Amino acid sequence: MKIHEYQAKEILQTFGVAIPMGGAAVTASEAETVARMVIAETGHETLVVKAQIHAGGRGKGRFAADPELGGVQVVQGAAAARQMAERMLGQVLVTHQTGPEGKQVGRVLIEQGIDIATELYVGMVLDRAQGRVAIMASTEGGTEIEEVAAKTPEKIQRVIIDPRYGFTPYLARQLAYGLGLTGPAAKAASALIASLARAYQELDFSLAEINPLVVTTAGDVLALDAKVNLDSNALFRHPDIAALRDETEEDPAELEGKKRGLSFIKLDGSIGCMVNGAGLAMSTMDIIKQAGGEPANFLDVGGGAKADQVAAAFKIITSDPNVKGIFINIFGGIMQCDVIAEGVVTAFREVGLGVPLVVRLEGTNVEEGRRILADSGLDLVAAADMADGAQKIVELTQ
Amino acid sequence: MSIWCDKNTRLLVQNITGRTGRFHTARMIADGTKVVAGSAPGKGGQAVEGVPVWNTVAEAVAETDANASIIFVPAPGGADALLEAAFAGVELIVVITEGVPTLDMVRALPVARDLGARVIGPNCPGIVSPGQCKIGIMPYYIHKPGSVGVISRSGTLTYEAVDQLTRLGLGQSTCIGIGGDPVIGSPFVEVLAAFEDDPDTSAVLMIGEIGGSAEEEAAAFVADEMTKPVAAFIAGQTAPPGKRMGHAGAIIAGGKGTAADKITALREAGIVVAQSPAEMGVAMKQAIEQRK
Repeated sequence: MKIHEYQAKEILQTFGVAIPMGGAAVTASEAETVARMVIAETGHETLVVKAQIHAGGRGKGRFAADPELGGVQVVQGAAAARQMAERMLGQVLVTHQTGPEGKQVGRVLIEQGIDIATELYVGMVLDRAQGRVAIMASTEGGTEIEEVAAKTPEKIQRVIIDPRYGFTPYLARQLAYGLGLTGPAAKAASALIASLARAYQELDFSLAEINPLVVTTAGDVLALDAKVNLDSNALFRHPDIAALRDETEEDPAELEGKKRGLSFIKLDGSIGCMVNGAGLAMSTMDIIKQAGGEPANFLDVGGGAKADQVAAAFKIITSDPNVKGIFINIFGGIMQCDVIAEGVVTAFREVGLGVPLVVRLEGTNVEEGRRILADSGLDLVAAADMADGAQKIVELTQ
Repeated sequence: MSIWCDKNTRLLVQNITGRTGRFHTARMIADGTKVVAGSAPGKGGQAVEGVPVWNTVAEAVAETDANASIIFVPAPGGADALLEAAFAGVELIVVITEGVPTLDMVRALPVARDLGARVIGPNCPGIVSPGQCKIGIMPYYIHKPGSVGVISRSGTLTYEAVDQLTRLGLGQSTCIGIGGDPVIGSPFVEVLAAFEDDPDTSAVLMIGEIGGSAEEEAAAFVADEMTKPVAAFIAGQTAPPGKRMGHAGAIIAGGKGTAADKITALREAGIVVAQSPAEMGVAMKQAIEQRK
């Protein structure tokens, strides 16, 4: 699960990570109120207004309707903060991570301006090859770490947390001194990294990035930006974190799928797919493409799907106006073919079917499943195997 | 004719009294597996499908000498169940459960490993040595005893592959679904090594997918260490970047883990890669014939 920068910063602050003073706002007048509060506390008029969307590259990104404007702006005074919030809120911001359609800005973060002496990078992520969590640090703060890794990998330092003991402070010291920091800044950076590591482990992060981590001209160390992703499988034990989900950032069809326990991802093509199992679902997309078609979605109905979930899946697929045909590809294991067949028949009776349907069934209870479909009077085309099915649905939709 | 499980395997089912555990216990018994015990806290003394149930794994192992376990415990207790089995001395632990928090596995797997347990999964269909033993949820009838080893990150795509092999007359020594999570007990490389050492396995079919670099590591292992023919397929050639494709581990992140990169690495290692998922069996046959 992704959360916004302002939410990530609030969480990290509770673990002792220093962040700039500020707050989020959903209206221009709220933005002005936050700005006044920050100015009163700090005695400085310089503020930063940051668009809050679930995507990186906001500073370099541009608003669709206001192409001169990027998603991160420095302003002077509360009135200017209000005006800037007005320009950003409700507008679509396009960055290299949002795709050309961009994302609508529903919130801005207003923060004190910071006099930066040094920009650094600190990140934490699972090292899949080792099955352990790695902490990374780099002197190349403010640039994307993938770019640094590709061009100057020697500028990234890395330590691995041994899960049998867990995080221990020398790991943070090794990184902080390795970054060339000295004196109080080295100590403050070590403490910040330790706080980040504690938050990562206690709250089940799947990714954390502080980019940049800055040393101010006054010698303070703070997180100027923060990105945190959470392990969706662990949200059951962090209900307060689960409540931070911003559903407006998600595709409505994908959200509906998630609520039904289905794994659904919308794509741009015209052939809807319903498949059991993630690997088979990806392969079904691949084989549709190889047959000359374009998949409209990825959909894994899972191993334990019931007939009503299958019906829900069917409705989600058919609600996409781009869908010109549907390919159901099932290899039953836990998922039994008769259950899928019943779900398809139920959905058809409820929502009707205006497009061609090709069904390939194999595996557990396959005879029963085929019988249910044959007896239903549904106008469908049976496929002998997945290649045959892909071929048929592509022909029927052309 | 197998690795890791055979006709002498004595299986324990953790959470045998749950709906899924009960269903698959009956299936595994029907498929010829020696299911000797079940565990479920508070259900000790009961029996499921004629299999005696104990409250704890330690008790079940002490009473029955079970040496393998299959876990159907819900995700919040998945890692705990794994540790319970490992500390009870179970040698092979198959975690079927999907959705175990990643950091739970990061912490539990090295402990299980230090205790000498071989872990398969989580989020996997299990392991089957056709004609001998099935510890998993796969439809058994598609398998046929033989000498092809099958390794896969997927469930149903493995069934697809096995079905294709069987239809081509290529039987299997052992088929293992290693699981779709980012952190798993038995990565490709370890399974490949076991197949290379198994005298009854003559060729290996490997099914990968987008995300991570396990296929690239497998390719390097095949190039350096393996003498047996290997064929492969990679799912997700059309998957968009940044989206998790069902499996927690199936995501192209920061431009890494694409199908194209993996296919290139596999081909450079001399592996026959099927372009289409309909040609996995054919690719295996081709790899075997190339060596003759």
